[in-house]
Formats: sequence, structure tokens, C-alpha cells
Amino acid sequence: MAELKIDPQAPSFQQEMKDLAEDLLTKIDGGDLGKIVGVVNNINGVRDRTLYDEIGKLTRGLHNAIKDIKTGDELSEESGMGQASDKLAYVIEMTDKAANRTMDLAEEGMPLNAENLEGAIELQEQWKKFLRKELKPNEFRELSKKIDAYFSQTQINSKKISTQLSNILMAQDFQDLTGQVIQRVTKLVSEVEARLVDLVAMAGEVDRITGISHGESHKNEPLQEDDKKIIAEGPQIDTSLEGVVGGQDDVDDLLSSLGF
Amino acid sequence: MTWSWHSEVALDKNMKILVVDDFSTMRRIVKNLLRDLGFTNTQEADDGLTALPMLQTGDFDFLVTDWNMPGMTGLDLLKHVRADDKLKTLPVLMVTAEAKRDQIVAAAQAGVNGYVVKPFTAAVLKEKIDKIFERVDG
Repeated sequence: MAELKIDPQAPSFQQEMKDLAEDLLTKIDGGDLGKIVGVVNNINGVRDRTLYDEIGKLTRGLHNAIKDIKTGDELSEESGMGQASDKLAYVIEMTDKAANRTMDLAEEGMPLNAENLEGAIELQEQWKKFLRKELKPNEFRELSKKIDAYFSQTQINSKKISTQLSNILMAQDFQDLTGQVIQRVTKLVSEVEARLVDLVAMAGEVDRITGISHGESHKNEPLQEDDKKIIAEGPQIDTSLEGVVGGQDDVDDLLSSLGF
Repeated sequence: MTWSWHSEVALDKNMKILVVDDFSTMRRIVKNLLRDLGFTNTQEADDGLTALPMLQTGDFDFLVTDWNMPGMTGLDLLKHVRADDKLKTLPVLMVTAEAKRDQIVAAAQAGVNGYVVKPFTAAVLKEKIDKIFERVDG
């Protein structure tokens, strides 16, 4: 892995500058214009050389940072970022599949359960009639047949429902796989962050040598409350944040305060 | 809140409902919940751009829409609906993960009839639908 640290010899730039400045003062006192210009040129030379060095390091650092962002999969030539996108696409695919599988199974099970329930309600009505001795013998024979059929049908339905329920359980196995994938992507993101911090330090070195100071341009444009555009942001992970509702009850309170 | 003494709202179970969400699983969940509530006349669209022409030609009675969608968001769809002479009175329920106060206020100002934050329950969806049509009919 490439080193992205600031050159430990960096202070020598300061030392060199200091020496040259002292030299310049001596030459000015001496009054030889040619020698003075010579020292000024030397100062420029040191500055340029150090600047090119630092920019070179910064460029290399950027390149290595992009190249080195990999998590795990060393066999792949692809960059870590590309892999991360693929990994997250895999998470979407897995969760989509699991959600649809679960819904398929639940939808298959609902009519079976409804059949059990409706059968039981119907049989109970007739059974109560029987207990009240309101059934004729041929009606009772009919009821016996129905009860018998209900026993068989309920067993078939219940077995199917059991299978569907355990398949619904199994369909949740995506959580383990997607969890692992998301952990790897999280690791990648922290790695990227660490590298960006290194790069900021290196860029700071360039700024120091060139004497560039970045104006506080962002602070000059305060966001107008009225102009703040209302855009979709997706789910709020942290509901304790200012301006985020804690759930449906908060939404209802807010809307009712608006006259809803 | 003012409740009439008869809390049961007589809803037209045949009303035509458009469910708009970019995730097919969420459309499926909403359609399933609506079916459990007795509403079977539902159609789907995956964002505002596909939903709007359907609404303009399709004689829908109720719109259930997500907010965050590519193409045209649910909020823009709502604004288009309210700006359209034919559609401006269409009841709109927003079912969304957007949970900031500013956003909810913006949706209310744009003329939403109900707002459900995800994740939600079947009971909440039912309550909001009942409330919307109680207000619309009453």
C-alpha cells in the first residue's frame, strides 16, 4: 500500500527558505544587484521544486487512493467503488427477492386459512342446529359427510400452511448475507474517508508552500430559510434529529396543528 | 377532532385506486392491504410520469403515492394533480419514508389529504383512508 504521509523532510523547505533569506539580506547589504537576483532566483527555484514535489505526491496519492480502495476480493481487477456498487445492487436484489417470496407464500396461505375458517363457521352453525335437535336425519347424514370432508381438507390445508410458514422463515436468510455485504461496504467507506483525510493533509502542504488561502466562500452564502427547497431525502435514520418526526403520531399531531 | 356518532364510513369498495411507488414490493404491499380492506379495483404506476397520464385518462377515485421516486416525485405529482382542473379534487394519500416536518408541511400546503410515514401498519392505512373519505363525503 502506498504511503500517503506528508514528507517528513518538509521542514527542510522552511530551513532552506530561512537560509536563503539570510543570504539575501547579506547580499542586499553587499549591494551587488546581480548576486541579489541570483538569490531571489534560488528562492524561486526551491519554492517551485518543493511545490512540484508536493503536487506530484498529491497526484500519486490520489491515484493510489483510488487504486487501493479494495475490500477483500483481491482476485477482482475492478476498483473497490465498482465492487461496492455491485454489492449494494446485490443487497437490493436479495431483499427484493425475499420480499416477493414472502408475499407469494403469504398470498398462497391466505385462501387456505380462509377455507379452514369458513368451513369451521359453517359446520358450527349446523352443529348448533343439531344440538338444538333441529336437524332432520338426512340433514344429519349430510352434516356427518361434511365434517368428515372438513377433517381431511383442514389437514391438507394446515400442512400446506405449515410448509409456507417455514418457507417464509427461510426467506429471511437474506438478512445474514446482506448484513455481511453491508458491513464490507461500511468498511470500504471508512477506508475512503481515511484516505481523503490523508489527501486533505497533503493538499494543505501544497497550500502552505504556495501561500494559497481558501476563502470562506461557503460561509458567504447563508441558506435562506424561505429558499430552502423541499426535496425527497429518503428515510431518516436518526429520528432524534431536529425537524424529523418520530413516527405516525408526530405526523398526525403536526397535520392536526395545521388544521387537518 | 369532530367525529360523527356513526363512526363506520360507508366507502365505495369499487372505487378505482392508483398506487404509485417505484418499488414493486411496496406497491404489492399497499395493494394487498387495500384488498384486505375490500378495495380490489387498483392499478399501479412506478412514478409520477407514468401516473399522471393514467390519472388524466383513467377516471380514478383515489391516489395513493410514494414521495421519493425517479422521474417525477410524489410531491410534484400531487402539485400536477391539484393544478389540473379535472383532477384537482382527487383525494391523495401520501405513503412515504420522508419524515421531516418541513416536508410534511410542504405536502400539506400542496394539498395532500393524508400522510402516512413508512414503516406503517395496516391499521394506520385503514384509519387514514377512512378519515379522508369521511371528510370528502361529509
